[in-house]
Amino acid sequence: MSLSLKIKAFARPSVLLVAALTLSACATSQDVATRSNGINDPYETQNRKVHAFNKGLDKNLVRPVAQGYGVVPVEMRNTVNNFSENLGMPGVAINSLLQGDLRGTGIATLRFVMNTTIGIGGFFDAADELKIPAHDTDFGETLSVWGVGEGAYIELPVFGPSTQRDTVGLVVDFFTNPLTYNTLDGDAELIPPTAKGGAVLNDRERFSDTIDSVLYESTDSYSQSRLIYLQNRRFELGQEAREDVDPFAADPYEDPYAE
Amino acid sequence: MLSNLNRRDFFLSTAAFALLTAQPALALTETDARKLVDEVVADIDRVISSGQSDSAVLREFEKLFVRYADVNIMAQYALGADGRSASASQKRAFNDAFTGYIARKYGKQFRDFIGGRVEVQSARQIKAGYEINTLAYLRGDGPFEVSFHVSDKSGRNKFFNIFIEGVNLLLTERSEIGSMLDRRGGDINAMIADLKKAG
Repeated sequence: MSLSLKIKAFARPSVLLVAALTLSACATSQDVATRSNGINDPYETQNRKVHAFNKGLDKNLVRPVAQGYGVVPVEMRNTVNNFSENLGMPGVAINSLLQGDLRGTGIATLRFVMNTTIGIGGFFDAADELKIPAHDTDFGETLSVWGVGEGAYIELPVFGPSTQRDTVGLVVDFFTNPLTYNTLDGDAELIPPTAKGGAVLNDRERFSDTIDSVLYESTDSYSQSRLIYLQNRRFELGQEAREDVDPFAADPYEDPYAE
Repeated sequence: MLSNLNRRDFFLSTAAFALLTAQPALALTETDARKLVDEVVADIDRVISSGQSDSAVLREFEKLFVRYADVNIMAQYALGADGRSASASQKRAFNDAFTGYIARKYGKQFRDFIGGRVEVQSARQIKAGYEINTLAYLRGDGPFEVSFHVSDKSGRNKFFNIFIEGVNLLLTERSEIGSMLDRRGGDINAMIADLKKAG
């Protein structure tokens, strides 16, 4: 990589960061105004169109290909998942650091070192064998730790359910992954997205009963995916939203019919 | 509008306060709640590893659901505000349809638990009783955090909600039942007929 490209690689994330913070600032002010039932979805009409597109994509491409991929022995598929996960570890370490999570930084660094060496380039999860706990985070979580609001719900084409904050996180993570963005050149640049694609297919196959149930067996798959995504994401981010943010988490014995 | 809301809030909190103070101290202990979850887990395990046909397994799940869950309060909550206008017979019909629906829908996914195990981790007190936190280890996967909310307010120790990785089963099903009602223009009987076929 030439010097000018390297500078660009560093300059771009900081531009993105500013954009991220600006966007997220808007997101925060929106939170209260349009929120009802703990869901802030002012772009529902547009989101539903994207959802229909994503569903078509899953039905015609992702689901059948994932079923085909399911024929590959599970050990081999897990190897691809391990490899892809290991490539993401430097990013996890950096985000943990940005969040002031030193333990997470340590775990991610140790995992990356172990799996890249003993795990032969990340194909095997040696760290897991050595009882090093799993750790995952992203820039969306970093923004959350920094106090940025969730923003509106957005369903992204191909990527699926997200929020304004997580969309910014996704973009920043993509451009700042120190391993892929700054070190890989030429054909090697295709390796991480290919591995990621394999991992996504594997997950699609592994959780097919659950995903099929949400997408194809529910009455309103859009609102079901939205609700499930938001609950799960808030849970991951450690927002114990059960009592105050989420009115439904209230005790059903008090008034089961309460809205 | 605002004053209406306030009045309603005031009414609700008064009602809640009256309920809380009128009730005797909770008889349910943490040990009871943990025991219930242990039993549920052991029974699910037994059914899964029994090697029965899928339809037999689902029938067993329906029985377990009725035995261990407070189906009545779960169904009422899932029906939500529309439940206020439902007749007693509609509520009964909805209860039955909801029980079968839950057993079918979640029973199918329990198949993923074959060869896995569930470990009780911790407990904490919640308004209606206890929350029992468990970790579900699926074969080559997970672990997933699964929490059971247990209460004795039905008169017996039963669970009334499950959270899977933060996803609230009752809330998710209330939204789904709401969508089913919307599709039928609010016709509860038509929704119940649909529910019998869903899941």
